[in-house]
Order: sequence, then structure tokens, then C-alpha cells
Amino acid sequence: MAVPKRKMSRANTRARRSQWKATPATLSTCPKCKAPRLSHQACPSCGAYNERTYAEAIRTDA
Amino acid sequence: MPTPTKGPRLGGGPAHERLLLGNLATSLFEHRRITTTEAKAKRLRPLAERLVTFAKRGDLAARRRVLTVVKDKGVVHELFTEIAPLVADRPGGYTRITKIGPRKGDNAPMAVIELVLEPLSPKQATVAEATAATKRAAKKDAPKKAAAPVEAAPAEAEDAPVEEAPVETAEVEAAPAEAQDVPAEDVPAEKDADDTK
Repeated sequence: MAVPKRKMSRANTRARRSQWKATPATLSTCPKCKAPRLSHQACPSCGAYNERTYAEAIRTDA
Repeated sequence: MPTPTKGPRLGGGPAHERLLLGNLATSLFEHRRITTTEAKAKRLRPLAERLVTFAKRGDLAARRRVLTVVKDKGVVHELFTEIAPLVADRPGGYTRITKIGPRKGDNAPMAVIELVLEPLSPKQATVAEATAATKRAAKKDAPKKAAAPVEAAPAEAEDAPVEEAPVETAEVEAAPAEAQDVPAEDVPAEKDADDTK
């Protein structure tokens, strides 16, 4: 079985990990309560979606 | 007919998935609205809609077909007697899936799947009415043409509904439009008259 010959340096490890980036979520504004929300999802602050209200969607944490 | 599912089944295997979806369908018809994961909701939708179609047919054979999936007789009764009449006019699309964001414990994307029991919107209703009117017109013409020579009958029967249908819908739409236009036209005309004086 192929195994690494040398220990990988911290510099190399960190250089590789420097490319791990998070992308910001593309948010839209809730038409009812003006809070930011994800597209195609019920609003987490007021539960509104397409002029209907979903109590299950409301998030109290975060 | 829904397309066959590709990839792995839900749960442990095909039998597990059938049981799982059967239970989800039972809960959906019992409570009219359930919260589940997006994947399960998406798999449930075609099954549930087919069961509603059976319920709209309403005969004993259809009831037995539904009972192979939904094991609870009480729920099947409710589906046939209460839910089916509410969606009688609706041409498919009996369920609605709304995404409600990730679950707290395992971050699974969740969704609410519910039966669409509201009456059809006015626009949808007029379209349905127009199609029904064309069908009725076609049926009325058919017996009249039966007496006429056989060769002429099919050609005329095809023409008749096409000509009549737009006229009927146009009248319905034109009536309110005229009612709105009349006062709007009068007001500027009077203003012009005042200006000339």
C-alpha cells in the first residue's frame, strides 16, 4: 500500500487549507417583515411564504 | 403516472420505503398537513396525488387500490368522503410543499407538505368553465349532426366548438371591461366640454 514518505510540513498543510473558503448565502428580503431570508423558503422570523404563514418555519434560536 | 425513482430507496430497502411512504400518506390524509424532510416530502407527493385521484374516482375498486397503501380504513373513508369532494374541480396538483429551513438536531432540510383544499382561484375557475362549455357545445352538436350525412358530421363537429368557445369567454371578459370603461370615458369628455366653454 502506498504511504507518504515524509511528514507534511505545517506550512504546506496550512497553504492547502487556505483555499477552504465559505461563500456567503444569497439572501433576499421577506416582503412581509423585511427580515433577511433564503429564497424559496418560508421566512424564519415571521413564517410567511407566498401570502401564507407557516408557524413551523419560525426559528427562535440563532 | 409518476416517473420511477432512481437511486437508493428511503429507509433500508424497497419494502421499507413502501411502508414508510404508506405511513406518511396516512398521516397526510389524517392531519391534512405534515412536517417532514424535503426528500421524504418529494417522494410522497406523487404517491399521495395518485391516491387522491383514486379517491376522486370513488368506486369500490379504487377504494381497494388505496387500501393497499393506506392501511387505516378510517383514514381511507375520510379521504373518499371528505377530501375527494373538496378537490373535485382541481385538475391535479393536490399537494403543496413549502421548504421551512434546516432542522436543529441534524441540519436536515425540512418541508411542510399539505393538501391544497382551497377552492380554485377565479382565473382557474373561468378556464375550467370555458373548457366545460366547449365540451357541452360539442356534445349538443353531436346528436344534431347524427341525422345529417355521416361524412359531413365529423368535420362540422370539430369546427363548431372552436368557433363557439372564444365567443363565450370573450363575452364574459368584455362585460366587466365595458362597465369600467364607460364612466372613465364620460369624465374626460365632460372636462373637454367645460374647457371649450
